[in-house]
Amino acid sequence: MTVAVAVDVASFALMIVGSFFLVVGAVGLVRMPDVFTRMHAASVIDTVGAGFLISGMCLQAGASLVTVKLLILLVLFLFGSPIATHALAQACLHENIQPRLVEDRRAHRLPPATNADDGRQLS
Amino acid sequence: MMFAAAAAAILVALALAMVRAIQGPTVFDRVLAGNSVGTLAILLLAVIGFLTGRPEFLDIGLTYTLLNLIGTLAVLKFFRHGDLAYDVDTETRP
Repeated sequence: MTVAVAVDVASFALMIVGSFFLVVGAVGLVRMPDVFTRMHAASVIDTVGAGFLISGMCLQAGASLVTVKLLILLVLFLFGSPIATHALAQACLHENIQPRLVEDRRAHRLPPATNADDGRQLS
Repeated sequence: MMFAAAAAAILVALALAMVRAIQGPTVFDRVLAGNSVGTLAILLLAVIGFLTGRPEFLDIGLTYTLLNLIGTLAVLKFFRHGDLAYDVDTETRP
């Protein structure tokens, strides 16, 4: 097993895993029940899917300028998609889109506390 | 051959994201699907660059990554304030 064949096998395995997670993220985008959960599914595309796919392509390209550009692309994905997701979630909350929750534990909707954390009684 | 399989998987993911873009009940579903379509298009550009042996497609992908982010933020700003020229300093609060 030469090094070239091992690098080929590793890069193809990474690309298969990356493609699988791209499809997983897209299926989650279709089948999730709420806009907030869909954001979480879409983030799988940006991080896991793109990460594995770009890693596989970097191994295929070897040590060249193409690898540098692919790694810059990955860094832009890893920084840019949380910015977009955060802005989108803030916009959804500003429009008062209610998340579908089984148990609402958000701070402004909790009943007022009657006990402090160490057991003292609050009024 | 593996690049063709990766391209096919990206196309399947693109079709599913388009389903969400058409179907999404709120506008934010559509913005999310648009962002994902942009990301998947950039990955498809990179794979096609490898398939055709032209590494110049990566430069287009790098440019479009930044444009995709700015476009998403611009659409969200428009939906929140109704105006792309909204400036928080000159806005009078009620």
